Amino acid sequence: MMKPFTRFTGVAAPMDQDNIDTDQILPARHLMMPRDERYGSYVFKDLRLNEEEKEIKDFVLNKEGFRSSRIIVAARNFGCGSSREGAVFTLVDAGFRSIIATSFGDIFYNNSFNNGLLPVVLPEETVELLRQQLHQEPGAEITVDLEEKTVTAPDQSVYPFEIDAHRRNRLLKGLDAVGYTMQFENEIAAFEKKYRRQVSWEPNSTN
Amino acid sequence: MTRPQSLFEKIWEQHSITSNEAGQTLLFIDRHYCHELSFHAFNMLHGNDRKVRHPERTFAIPDHYTPTSGLKISDYVNDDTRALVKNLVSNAKRNKLNLFDLNDKRRGIIHVVGPEQGITQPGMTIVCGDSHTSTHGALGGLAFGIGASDVSHVLATQTLWQPKPKSMRVTVKGHRSIGVTAKDVILGIIGKIGAAGGSGHVIEYAGQAIKNLSIEERLTVCNMSIEAGARAGMIAPDAVTFDYLKGRPYAPQGVNWDMAQEFWSTLPSDRDASFDKEASVDANEIEPMVTWGTSPEDVLPIGASVPDPSLEKDQKQQAALRRKMDYMGLRPGQAISDIKVDRVFIGSCTNSRIEDLREAAIVLNGQKTKIPTLIVPGSGLIKEQAEQEGLDKIFINAGVDWRPEAGCSMCIGVNGDFVKNEERCASTSNRNFEGRQGRGARTHLVSPAMAAAAAVNGCFTDVRRMETE
Repeated sequence: MMKPFTRFTGVAAPMDQDNIDTDQILPARHLMMPRDERYGSYVFKDLRLNEEEKEIKDFVLNKEGFRSSRIIVAARNFGCGSSREGAVFTLVDAGFRSIIATSFGDIFYNNSFNNGLLPVVLPEETVELLRQQLHQEPGAEITVDLEEKTVTAPDQSVYPFEIDAHRRNRLLKGLDAVGYTMQFENEIAAFEKKYRRQVSWEPNSTN
Repeated sequence: MTRPQSLFEKIWEQHSITSNEAGQTLLFIDRHYCHELSFHAFNMLHGNDRKVRHPERTFAIPDHYTPTSGLKISDYVNDDTRALVKNLVSNAKRNKLNLFDLNDKRRGIIHVVGPEQGITQPGMTIVCGDSHTSTHGALGGLAFGIGASDVSHVLATQTLWQPKPKSMRVTVKGHRSIGVTAKDVILGIIGKIGAAGGSGHVIEYAGQAIKNLSIEERLTVCNMSIEAGARAGMIAPDAVTFDYLKGRPYAPQGVNWDMAQEFWSTLPSDRDASFDKEASVDANEIEPMVTWGTSPEDVLPIGASVPDPSLEKDQKQQAALRRKMDYMGLRPGQAISDIKVDRVFIGSCTNSRIEDLREAAIVLNGQKTKIPTLIVPGSGLIKEQAEQEGLDKIFINAGVDWRPEAGCSMCIGVNGDFVKNEERCASTSNRNFEGRQGRGARTHLVSPAMAAAAAVNGCFTDVRRMETE
């Protein structure tokens, strides 16, 4: 059962770089772990720790004020790259509840909703403003409200965001996707029957 | 008169089961491919006591963690990777899926094997827990990568809920000059539209230069659609597609073939179909390309020089550039042809097909490689064909490490084939992300011909200036 998301307030960290890809979020060599292992300790592994497993000072999550971050304010194309859902597992297990960016990798965006992580798309000016405020005041909090579809900045300005109603609904209730789809069994069965005739050359479609 | 539709819209409509109040569509999925990392999805499925709805529509092919040096226990990098491969095989058997097991010579990289076997066909919806599933769109289907939860959803229901993506047409006009490959075309496109240029869109590649591509070349182009941020990439099926598919093991045969071909012929975009976004590129202007940074959009022609951050006025851009140069170990303004390379990798779902190997062999014939060069075939059948054509002899005589087993290998670096820290690799793969080929690895994406030229000279070289025998 997925953790529902309604409203969340937490410390937010700014990540100024565009194109933070899934290899940076979770390096490929850590993809083999079963889901019950602690994915959280691998988040941003190679950005966070050097080869001797020592902290890299410059990395935002290693800086005073940002260590307890639960929200990330990124830039363009966050989560681009591979389809690995581990990139979402690691963020969720490390305590992150929401990522705000100007755009996301499509697959990462989809995967987030299946794990109770809320990706929020805001215009570039807003995202830059949020990051500026966070840089100025490390440890500042942001509120992401899925019911109201708003983000509240550290300076208390409120910004509305758009989100697909289906995904919003699923996240608000923490609904299991397969269970939801099963409600459409009649439609699926009817489609399959029609489709078998339509692509009659498909040997597989006789099953 | 019906509204003109694009290839994407036709396939979307043909697979729409229903839609919900939020405007999402429940899509029927024709083909599902899975690999070792689909284990999360099987665990979710079994954990919820669910069964695979259409096992005949799923194909399991181990490729990510399989060793390329051989299939003995000692060939595996460790017990964990071997366990992961065995786990896929047992999940496939338990659920009665189609399986291309380890010793099956048809086995290889999923995105190579699917088209090669004719499993991937025009007009199909195709998914896999791998972002490079976009490759399959080269045959005129809608193919995209999904995460583990969605893989589990497909196994259980053979469907997926999707908001309708926007459509984008990328027209490539004109003709490629000699020495310019499909890889250079897609790198040129990404350089132009950016790594998020196709975000939220399905790209249809069109234009004369696309029509002129072979299917293998089209596969290379569609493969990197995800690197332009697109959900999927596709190319209208045509005579080239039908010629390629006819007679392949999983393609329709006899009267079924005729029916299928007739249907596939109705799929190409109608003349007046509209797209949400358009871009165009002139093939005549594309040159052999080399990426210099850590995003596939950081790409330049071989004759160019890498950027100089001090010339960048925007502070944020300047900082981003410095970070990339620092990671890549490059001097500001350094000529690309001055960059020394430490190793070469020819392989991956982008460039491991027989045409890619031939392209590399033309450059390597009678030459000696100056740096370690790894060539990994995309499937067991490709390996066999390369050996029949004598390409393996050319490679071995040039000092290449020619591997007997197919797989993803050094593209993702999880099977033991990886690039060392700060080592510079000319690679025919698809991602130059930080750490993609191994921690601290410096990846430059190039075509197989350019990779082979770098292997011979030890630095990036314009393949058009190489003397070949």
